[in-house]
This record gives sequence, C-alpha cells and structure tokens, in this order.
Amino acid sequence: MKKTVNNRAWLLVAPVMIVVLFSALLPMMTVVNYSVQDAMAENHFFWNGDAWFRDLLDPSTEMGSRFSGALQRNLIFSFVVLLIEVPLGIALALALPRRGWTVGPSLVLIALPMLIPWNVVGTMWQIFARADIGLFGAALNGLGLHYNDTQDPVSAWFTILLIDVWHWTPLVILLSYAGLRAIPDAFYQAARIDAASRWSVFLNIELPKLQRVLVIAILLRFMQSFMIYTEPFVVTGGGPGNATTFLSIDLVKIALGQVDLGNAAAMSLVYYLITITLCWIFFTAMTQLDMLKEA
Amino acid sequence: MARIDLVDLAHSYSGNDAAPESFALKPISMTWRQGGAYALLGPSGCGKTTLLNLISGIVTQSRGQILFDGVDITPLSTEKRNIAQVFQFPVIYDTMTVGQNLAFPLKNRGVPKAEIDARVAEIARLLDLTPYLSRRATWLTADAKQKISLGRGLVRSDVAAVLFDEPLTVIDPELKWQLRSKLKALHRELDLTMIYVTHDQTEALTFADTVVVMHDGRVVQSGTPAELFDKPAHTFVGYFIGSPGMNIVPAEVRGREARIDGHTIALDRSYDVLPSGAKIEIGVRPEFVEIVPPAPGLLSANIERIDDLGRVRFARVRVGDAKFAARVPPGFSSPDGAAALKFDPARVHVYADSRLVEGAL
Repeated sequence: MKKTVNNRAWLLVAPVMIVVLFSALLPMMTVVNYSVQDAMAENHFFWNGDAWFRDLLDPSTEMGSRFSGALQRNLIFSFVVLLIEVPLGIALALALPRRGWTVGPSLVLIALPMLIPWNVVGTMWQIFARADIGLFGAALNGLGLHYNDTQDPVSAWFTILLIDVWHWTPLVILLSYAGLRAIPDAFYQAARIDAASRWSVFLNIELPKLQRVLVIAILLRFMQSFMIYTEPFVVTGGGPGNATTFLSIDLVKIALGQVDLGNAAAMSLVYYLITITLCWIFFTAMTQLDMLKEA
Repeated sequence: MARIDLVDLAHSYSGNDAAPESFALKPISMTWRQGGAYALLGPSGCGKTTLLNLISGIVTQSRGQILFDGVDITPLSTEKRNIAQVFQFPVIYDTMTVGQNLAFPLKNRGVPKAEIDARVAEIARLLDLTPYLSRRATWLTADAKQKISLGRGLVRSDVAAVLFDEPLTVIDPELKWQLRSKLKALHRELDLTMIYVTHDQTEALTFADTVVVMHDGRVVQSGTPAELFDKPAHTFVGYFIGSPGMNIVPAEVRGREARIDGHTIALDRSYDVLPSGAKIEIGVRPEFVEIVPPAPGLLSANIERIDDLGRVRFARVRVGDAKFAARVPPGFSSPDGAAALKFDPARVHVYADSRLVEGAL
C-alpha cells in the first residue's frame, strides 16, 4: 500500500509541540543548564562539568550524605505505603457492597479524602495530631502512649504514613472495586459449582483479574508517594531533626533556602531519573510477569 | 446420574408476593429423564436461563420443588447438587494450567490424587485436550477454553446433569459445528443428562432429542424436533421454529372448512366445537403452501417478493390483509405478481387463543 506523504499534517501537531516545549522541555533544559554550571556573584555563570553530580553521588561528601539519607527515607516510605495501601485497598474493595442503595453512599464516603487538597490535608492533620490540643494526639497521650509528632521520630513517621494511607488508600479501593465489578458473575457461579473456597476464589479469579488495575494503582501510588512533599512540610517540617526530610523537602531547602542552584539542579535530575527508572521497572515487571511464567 | 423432576416450580426476582403475571418463570411441572439430551429454546428473556440457574442452585426458587431421583434438593447449595454448568463465556482459572483447571473441582472435594489424575487424563482424552494439559489456560482460544469449562463439569464422576447456558455464543461458526458434534458424542459415551439453553433453533434441533420451547416464562411445548415442526402446540412455537416461521392467519373455522378473505380452504379434520369467544387462527408452514398460477377455486394472492435461499425459494405474498410465506416451485415465475396459493390440508392446523385445537377425524 502506498502511503500519502503530507507534511502539512505537522501543523496539526505543532500546537501540542509548542505547549510541551514551554511546559516541559524549556524548564527541564534550564535545570540541565544549572546542573553543569556554577555561579559567581552578579549572575556570572561558568562551566562546572559533572562536579555537582560527583558530589551528589558520593556519600562521603556533605551533599552526598544528605542525598543518600533522604533517598533511603523516600524508598522506605514508598515501600511501606505500597505494603499497607495495596492490600488494605483490595480488602476494603472486597468488603464494599456490590449492589443496592448502599453502593453510592459508600463510594462517595470513600472518595472524600481524595477530594481534599494536600495543603488542607496537612493543616488538618497538623492540628489533629498535636499532642497538647489535637483530638488524635491528645487522645493517644491520654491512653498513656508516648506520642509527639514534632519531637519523636517514630511518632512523626507514624503520622505521615497514617496521613498518606488515609488520603490515598481510597484510590486503590476505587480502582480495585472497578476491577472487581468487571468480573462476570459466571466466574463466581462456576467457582461455587467447583466447590472453590473463598480464599481460592480470591487467588484464582479475583487477584488475576485485578492485575491490570493493580499495575495502575501501584504505579500511581508509587509515583505520588515517592514525590511526597506537602504533608511532611506542613505537619513535621521535615523533622524532628531530619527524620522526615524526604528528597523533595531537601530539594526545596537547597534550591530556595540556600539558593544553591547547581546542587539543586543535579539533585532534581537524579531524583527524576530514579523515579522514572523505578516506574519503568515496576511496569515492565508487572506486565511481563505472565510472559515469563508461560516461557 | 439422576432423573430431575420439577414440581410447580416458579420464580420471581421481586419476591414471592409479586403478581403471578410478573414471574420470570411461571409455575411449571416436568420431568427430565436420566440420560436425555434436552434443549431449552426461546427468545431472550423467556425464563430459560432462570430455569437453568434454579436447577443448578445459583438462584433459589420462589415456589415449588426440584427433585433429583425423587429427593428434594432445594435446601442443598450449588456445590452439593452435583450439577455441572457451562456458561455463555468460557470460565477458566487464569492462574492454572489446563490440567490444574480440570483437577480443580476434584481437588476442592478432597478426591485422592491418583483418582484425580486418572479422571483428568480420561476427560482430557475425550475432549482432545491431552496435548495442552501442562499449558497455561489463559493463552488458549475461546473454543479450547469452553472445552475446559465443560471438562471441569464432566471430570466429576457423580454429575447428575450438565447444564449449558448458550455455550457456543463466542465460538466461531465453523468450530460451533465441531464442538456441537463433540457434545453429542460425549452425550452418547457418558450417558449424562444434558440440558442446553439456547435461542438458536438450529443448535436446539441438532443437539437435543427433546426440545422444550419457552415463551414469556412458560413452557409452551416440549417434544422432538419433528413434533415441533409438524404440530406446533402454540402459535409461538410455529412462528419461532422454522425459517421462515409458520403462517398464522385469523380465520373463520367451521367443520372441515376455514375461511380467509372470503375464500374457503379445506381442512383434513373437523372442528365442530371451538371455544366460543376465542381468537381463531389457522397455522400452516410455508413449506406446505405452494405458489401456483392463478386459477379458479384457489386463493389468489399478490407476490411482494421472493427470497432465494439456495435450495428453496419462498415468496412473501399478500392475501387481503393477511401476509403469507409460501414455497415457490422450481421454474415458477409470475411477471405481474399474480399468483394463487395451494394448501396441503393435512398440514393446516387450527389455533384457538394461540393454542392448538385437535380436530376430529
């Protein structure tokens, strides 16, 4: 078949290209530009090669140890978030009503936390978790537990994790619920005829059918939790000490607090590369799983 | 292995208090004998799937009893009923191999491993699945998956009946024939009661030795394919079975004569006592009405169009207000559309309020 060549079609793509150029490529190139230059006073920039990167990736330097510390906290945080939110989300999706008038109200109630902006979530929890007057913090202390999210690292981590679970498990629930509703009744009926146990139905029917939506849920939750910023910024301010200083918080400190643009730019790029690499690994692993099993 | 009796079985999805006319399945009583091949035939929404789901226990009836060999199994759950069911879309367990899929119902029932292996091998042989036993079921074609669904039912040696709920819907036409003959072969080999739900008359008539026609929640006729064709007990059966369906035309019937549009048609039997006030119709299959050139004494008709089905041609004709389909003999042609109809008197049936009336000889 002969294809018609028509270069005027580029005109149709051009608006999108221009938007992407200004929204993504130019800012990105600015960052790349900063990452290979150093600045003297009066905006005098000069070439600095890969020095910022070598500094950043060497844990024995000051910048390197800050970076590797924050990166570890990020990885642990995202891992724990996924570990809690995915099974919890699936379990709650299974427990939701399948039909009847309760479906609508249940789904709305579950979706509510997702509708609250990050900043508001942070402020709400900042007050809610206060050890002296916050309903949650004061209640825990009243029960005799030692809880103070601004002074005790364990409390701080617990609070940030709790906020994220409260804020974003609903996403996993809704995705899983949609996946579960898409399974035809015949599968459940056949399983009953085959005398399958509830657990067996979950393992052999529900979980495999949920695989696709879970790929999406895990990717979204990983990316968002790996970029966590507002909650620790508002609730704990990255502390106590640097216990909840995640990459994004440190990045803002370096870029805007210390106006150390070279370090910040190098860190942004490495942060960005780590995020997309991990997403790519997740995605490939989860979508190729079947092919590997068959091989 | 069982005889299945339905006693006054009825079901309504809106509860037992619903108006009798709104029942999805109106009260029926019938017997399915052990080893029979039955088809439940009817249009969408006629209650055939409801009936199937009542037998397998997926739905519990509002009224009546289901007996397996004389024992009421209503309180038994689906897995205790020894029923196998094959659904419209293939149901397979994605995580398992074909062999594990087949073994699954036995494993769940705690059958010893040696016995499971023997049964699985046996069923795989019957269904030609042996080469695929260790492959994952996810990657097979729709017809192979449907065979696995069927195999999971057959693998249990104690199956009382195998129920099919329009199992060939997603199968390619050519494979449909293969799979249907496979089912027939299995039926002969395994001596199982099979109940096959379909809205496709060809499927029903080729598969079953008894076809049960359902309409609006009721069984309107149950009989062999030949009985349904030759002597439909209800105008719906006449219309639904056959292609084109039976001609059903309002008529005045007196003794051995029926009058349509002022013209008399001879009948083979005598209808002296017809229910008064009932709507009287005559029904005759297009195969037994012949198009002939117009002649005195014959019912004249106008040909609207002729459908050529390859082996036969059927004409759509108009007689007064009534429409007929009729067989066109080879070589017949009528440039101006004028023709006459010749009826086979033995094949003209009389219906009162849609039900067949038996005439006296």
